[in-house]
Amino acid sequence: MDAKTEKSNLIEGATGAWEMVIGLEVHAQVSSESKLFSGASTEFGGEPNSHVSLVDAAMPGMLPVINEGCIAQAIRTGLGLKAQINLTSVFDRKNYFYPDLPQGYQISQFKDPIVGEGEVIVDLLSGERVIVGIERLHLEQDAGKSLHDQHPQFSYVDLNRSGVALMEIVSRPDIRSSEQARAYVSKVRTILRYLGTCDGNMEEGSLRADVNVSVRRPGEELGTRCEIKNVNSIRFIGQAIEYEARRQIEILEDGGKIDQQTRLFDAKTGETRAMRSKEEAHDYRYFPDPDLLPLELSQEFVDGIAASLPELPDEKRARFIADYGLTPYDADVLVAERESVDYFEAVAKGRDAKQAANWVINELFGRLNKEGVNVVDSPVSADQLGSIVDLIKANTISGKIAKDVFDIAWTEGGDPAEIVEARGLKQVTDTGAIKKAVDDVIAANPEKVEQAKEKPAMVGWFVGQVMKATQGKASPQAVNELLKAKLGI
Amino acid sequence: MSPTKLTDLTIAEARDGLRAKSFSVQELAKAHLDAIETAAALNAYVLPTPERALEMAKASDARLGKGEGGALEGIPLGIKDLFCTKDVRTTACSHILGEFTPTYESTVSANLWAEGAVMLGKLNNDEFAMGSSNETSFFGPAINPWRREGSDAKLVPGGSSGGSSSAVAAHLCMGATATDTGGSIRQPAAITGTVGIKPTYGRCSRWGIVAFASSLDQAGPITRTVRDAAIMLKNMSSYDPKDTTSADVPVPDFEAAVGQGVKGLTIGIPKEYRVPGMAPEVEALWQQGIAWLKDAGAEIKEVSLPHTKYALPAYYIVAPAEASSNLARYDGVRYGLREPCADVTSMYENTREAGFGAEVKRRILIGTYVLSAGYYDAYYLKAQKVRTLIKQDFDQAFEGVDAILTPTTPGPAFAIGEKSGDPLDMYLNDIFTVTVNMAGLPGISVPAGSSSECTPLGLQLIGRAFDEETLFRAGQVIEDAAGPSAKPADWWSEAK
Repeated sequence: MDAKTEKSNLIEGATGAWEMVIGLEVHAQVSSESKLFSGASTEFGGEPNSHVSLVDAAMPGMLPVINEGCIAQAIRTGLGLKAQINLTSVFDRKNYFYPDLPQGYQISQFKDPIVGEGEVIVDLLSGERVIVGIERLHLEQDAGKSLHDQHPQFSYVDLNRSGVALMEIVSRPDIRSSEQARAYVSKVRTILRYLGTCDGNMEEGSLRADVNVSVRRPGEELGTRCEIKNVNSIRFIGQAIEYEARRQIEILEDGGKIDQQTRLFDAKTGETRAMRSKEEAHDYRYFPDPDLLPLELSQEFVDGIAASLPELPDEKRARFIADYGLTPYDADVLVAERESVDYFEAVAKGRDAKQAANWVINELFGRLNKEGVNVVDSPVSADQLGSIVDLIKANTISGKIAKDVFDIAWTEGGDPAEIVEARGLKQVTDTGAIKKAVDDVIAANPEKVEQAKEKPAMVGWFVGQVMKATQGKASPQAVNELLKAKLGI
Repeated sequence: MSPTKLTDLTIAEARDGLRAKSFSVQELAKAHLDAIETAAALNAYVLPTPERALEMAKASDARLGKGEGGALEGIPLGIKDLFCTKDVRTTACSHILGEFTPTYESTVSANLWAEGAVMLGKLNNDEFAMGSSNETSFFGPAINPWRREGSDAKLVPGGSSGGSSSAVAAHLCMGATATDTGGSIRQPAAITGTVGIKPTYGRCSRWGIVAFASSLDQAGPITRTVRDAAIMLKNMSSYDPKDTTSADVPVPDFEAAVGQGVKGLTIGIPKEYRVPGMAPEVEALWQQGIAWLKDAGAEIKEVSLPHTKYALPAYYIVAPAEASSNLARYDGVRYGLREPCADVTSMYENTREAGFGAEVKRRILIGTYVLSAGYYDAYYLKAQKVRTLIKQDFDQAFEGVDAILTPTTPGPAFAIGEKSGDPLDMYLNDIFTVTVNMAGLPGISVPAGSSSECTPLGLQLIGRAFDEETLFRAGQVIEDAAGPSAKPADWWSEAK
């Protein structure tokens, strides 16, 4: 059994335990203004064929010119994946015919990719940590899109995506469960979004994955794998792996053997089906693109990019735990999205980070989830939430009132301090006023006073009455102390 | 000056005549358009553009009238059909491009127009520049204006730039653009008695030129004199950010090198170029060239280019490999020919079956084969290694010499149909020229004498990378020694 085999990841078949071996090729669209080899826009959702240059349409005599911005993004990503940056890399042609591939070849990187080996740390909810090796990252062109629903006899072609830069991030077969695979893809997505090198938008196709799945008896040699192409959501990745592993186990347990295949995932049925076999695989006739010289990078160029790298999720998580005393769970929740962490750090700045984390995770994220709002569109800004935290800290309002203030800020907007002022929500710290309320409650409830003397926990009932009488504005701490003194408990 | 005389001028003479207002650009253009009109028998032009020519000529006259104008102001040129010309049909002489009319202008031709040159039309070439005789053109072969003494057999003008060489030799333009992947400028120039230079790879932008083999293709001029070639090349060359293989180096005033002579230069003679089957008259011409250069003050030195014999086979792996990929875009989907069909695969097959000629298909098949899994290492990779060795041969040779003198072709112009049945025999035409493309070096062919059949022969000078100037210096010496190149007797003009 190799080191990565964990009992909990094994699947029980009819004839014993099986282990999945999974490797992923994540295709991430590079965030860039223009395409990998042309000046055409990469904007999503334009009219068909409105973002197409002569190069993208492969007109005669047109030549590719490398977009330096896309190169910088690939290097940035490589650095974020703690990977080797290759100072010399080569663009190759991958030759095949398809109507949405105007050149008749895709410019990609085959033998000499721009980024070499790296790794991604994946933390699971269970607390398990998996290190997934990155084999390589290379740059390639996206193809256009065939539209089959425009005409009864013909298909149409939209070349807006043709030539858009993609990064293909190839993992080692280090993944052992669908949960790990999902966590890996979301971690890669998070890193890309921190780096600003891919928007990670899976609905728009900015991030998709080819999933390689095989199964074996624990400790045995690798089995024959199948590749599931172009899976475009993290949930589907999990479903596709589960289905595919079960399918393979069934075949093997029935005495069959796995054919190396390319398969497609059908989101409607949750099943994978064969697309083509190994024998039908294309011979892509890769060779170095003679229109492009080998890409030579200077170490200074790479160093410059390295110097501008933001703090990444792993470092942030570690810092939150060590410096702020956050639990690993809270830290994970906060770092999962770049926008969330930005929000949290804005709230935490100059304040008690733990309290800020509680407010961001419980109140803010709770409300955002409930109402289906993204953190960037949060009606309560980080400044507003920060000032609520400040008001609690200054004993101006109680935690309970703070929740009301948050609700008002959410629904009606406004500066929390002003809300508190205008609505008279300030905590009553004037002991005279509290004392009067306490006296009134004690005087009105002699039998309860007797009961409380027997059972000190009854003090809670008195607190509630006093808070009610003061419309919640009394400092709960002061009320408690006064009551205890008066009741002699 | 009579119109017929105007077509006899060199570019340098016409430039002076125009500045002196001895004649107008429109007169000069008209003289050439008339010549083109009567020379249909040569099939040099696949698309004359008289209206465009006269319009450009008029504008050019206006500029000259104001004392303005560029380095090629008013000079009428022919453009090989491989160069994309805005709003003018461009087909690479292939049926598959149909009536394709670009919305853009190649960098090289745009450079020429920016200097005031006038376009006479599009010139014939082998389909996609694949051929050495212009016989693979969809528009039929261009014909060499030269004939063998006492014979009216039609001879090939060489290829692939056969329309360019034929038109320049027959005075149907003052100069022509051409391209050279394995000899396609120098071989046609040699066998039509014209001057052709393939500059260093990267000297001219490839942007807007229909690609054959990207790592070998290079544009250059065919003209009637070495000086004219220098003038044209200067104005074709440029660093072009749209072609990342173009070189960001200054373009010298090549014309200034013409006439500087060869005193102090060392000229290398590669022993490996004495190939079996080389015509004795070609050997004699080579010796004559050596003697001329020696007489003019050059030192002559034998050099060795030991990997020469591998160049041709390696070339016929690399060039078809790149071509098989470069020609994949002609699929009937976006432009050019489309043979309608029930499904997309049949559409591809029928379009490419109907659209490509036999030689192009042969090279696509060879290229596809040598790039296939299991064959790549044995063919393509090995050929690239040979290429590196050929480059090293030249690097070593150029440590001791400034230029290398060889014959341009193994023999003179052959007759239409004579070699078209035997591809290997045809490929041997490139034996002295392909090494230069494989090494990315500049090479010039200069008319140096006649064959026993009284048809032209040329000598080739090969230079260091980006040292075209030495080629112009030495080329001029050969041109002077060989005497003014004769004009072929006019057998083609139809009475008007």
